Amino acid sequence: MYGVYTLFSKEVLRFWKVAFQTVLAPVITALLYLVVFSHVLEDRVKVFEGVDYTAFLIPGLMMMSVIQNAFANSSSSLIQSKVTGNIVFLLLTPLSHFELFIGYIAAAVVRGFTVGAGVFLLAVFYVQVPVHSVVVIIGFAILSSGVLAVMGVIAGIWAEKFDQLAAFQNFIIMPLSFLSGVFYSIHSLPPFWQTLSHFNPFFYMIDGFRYGFFGQSDMAIEVSFLVVVTALVVLSTLTLALLKSGYKLRA
Amino acid sequence: MAADPAVSIENLHKRFGALHALKGIDFSIGRGEFFGLLGPNGAGKSTLINCLAGLVRPDSGRLSVMGHDVVTQYRRTRRLLGVVPQELVYDPFFQVREALQFQAGYFGLGKENNDWIEELLITLNLADRATTNMRALSGGMKRRVLIGQALVHKPPVVVLDEPTAGVDVELRQALWRFIKRLHSEGHTIVLTTHYLEEAENLCERIAILDHGAAVALETKSELLARGICRSLHIFASHKIETLPDQIRAKVQYINGHSMALRLRKDKDSIVSVLDAIRDAGIDIIDIQVEEDKLEDVFVQLTGERDERGV
Repeated sequence: MYGVYTLFSKEVLRFWKVAFQTVLAPVITALLYLVVFSHVLEDRVKVFEGVDYTAFLIPGLMMMSVIQNAFANSSSSLIQSKVTGNIVFLLLTPLSHFELFIGYIAAAVVRGFTVGAGVFLLAVFYVQVPVHSVVVIIGFAILSSGVLAVMGVIAGIWAEKFDQLAAFQNFIIMPLSFLSGVFYSIHSLPPFWQTLSHFNPFFYMIDGFRYGFFGQSDMAIEVSFLVVVTALVVLSTLTLALLKSGYKLRA
Repeated sequence: MAADPAVSIENLHKRFGALHALKGIDFSIGRGEFFGLLGPNGAGKSTLINCLAGLVRPDSGRLSVMGHDVVTQYRRTRRLLGVVPQELVYDPFFQVREALQFQAGYFGLGKENNDWIEELLITLNLADRATTNMRALSGGMKRRVLIGQALVHKPPVVVLDEPTAGVDVELRQALWRFIKRLHSEGHTIVLTTHYLEEAENLCERIAILDHGAAVALETKSELLARGICRSLHIFASHKIETLPDQIRAKVQYINGHSMALRLRKDKDSIVSVLDAIRDAGIDIIDIQVEEDKLEDVFVQLTGERDERGV
């Protein structure tokens, strides 16, 4: 157990030592989105009944920050260790594939959570946001950052160069998170795009998370929960198999 | 019942695509031995060590550390092994002491191990750098941190993959002293090196790998006895000019009053060679005989194959 705890602490300390870049910068970015979009779109975009557009934006931006940073943490740590070669320090230890998995994922969840909380703490100075269910908010934050942390491990194992990781981030993670309903309710989309959004797992993360604040969502909360949990289980199973096989880690 | 050997390797094979990197390696290393693993570049030394450390998975064969299988009982074997990797790797996010504490933590060792970490910092001459970031260290210091990381869990078997590659003379000597000390304290040492002088000075038993196979495995003295030649240096009172044909064929060089001959141990008698030189009218004032070194035996064992490979 102490081995996993050590890996977890090392991974947390790793991002905390550069918190300006890993925590503060994404919080500021999310707040800039908030200020600009709310200024331009408030009164123009209709979302949920009785919910201001600016308040509506906050959970979306929080979740976007949570998932992007959870992904960034596990993926960048792994690729850096691989490229610089210091991954051997882990591979030489008695840590099992499951312990490696838990250590990386838990730290990435903490980073996602920290950034999300940072966005919330600063945003509430700007606009009043209701809280419908703390359990749903925290539950979705943990599950969703878990899914992205696992995707980060997959990307970190698969990528051999930084540009391959950047491609994963820019062509998969960014579009899926931007097009998941951060800035809009999918009911405002034309039918085709609405249907397409249902195939985006990130949509369920944001929608379920938003339910925690407003008590209303595009989808039933149970459906979102099930989709996110399924994604977590499927991707975790795949990742554990990859780690166990030593794919791209042990020759 | 005798204790299991420190390391046991049985018919180990590893292929990387078309390259047959290890072709049935078979030997064991006794507990407390100082063992040298030599071979030219690409001979398979690092692959073998990486198989032992679990960084490379063998295709077939068996590898065990103190009787425990490195694949099925990897948790046990990794605790028994301390591996100093060949590459100068480090984590740029952390300081020296942090790097050692994290490494100990991965082995399940917490605060109770801190005294040992402090001792390592002192022994490796890193105490005044304990809070320095890894990035700011010189190459030699990084190398010492790597050694510290390998020893942080007090492993009985220490594997050093080219520990002195690219290291200056002073540090190399210091590392030798430190490794000798580890050995005298009862550690089994497995050393791969390019510096044959290093193996000759330190190792009790040596395996020479070439193209994935062990071409020699014996004690240092047995290996040195394999040398089939010796050099005879002759110093004369006058300039050496004429030589009988049977001597001329053995000349390595002639330099005024001195010359060197290369003699086969099994065929050329030193006495008859000296007689022949005297008969040619050369007045010998001094001689010096130089036995082959490990380097010469090494070239003899691996050179032929290289030539064939070209």
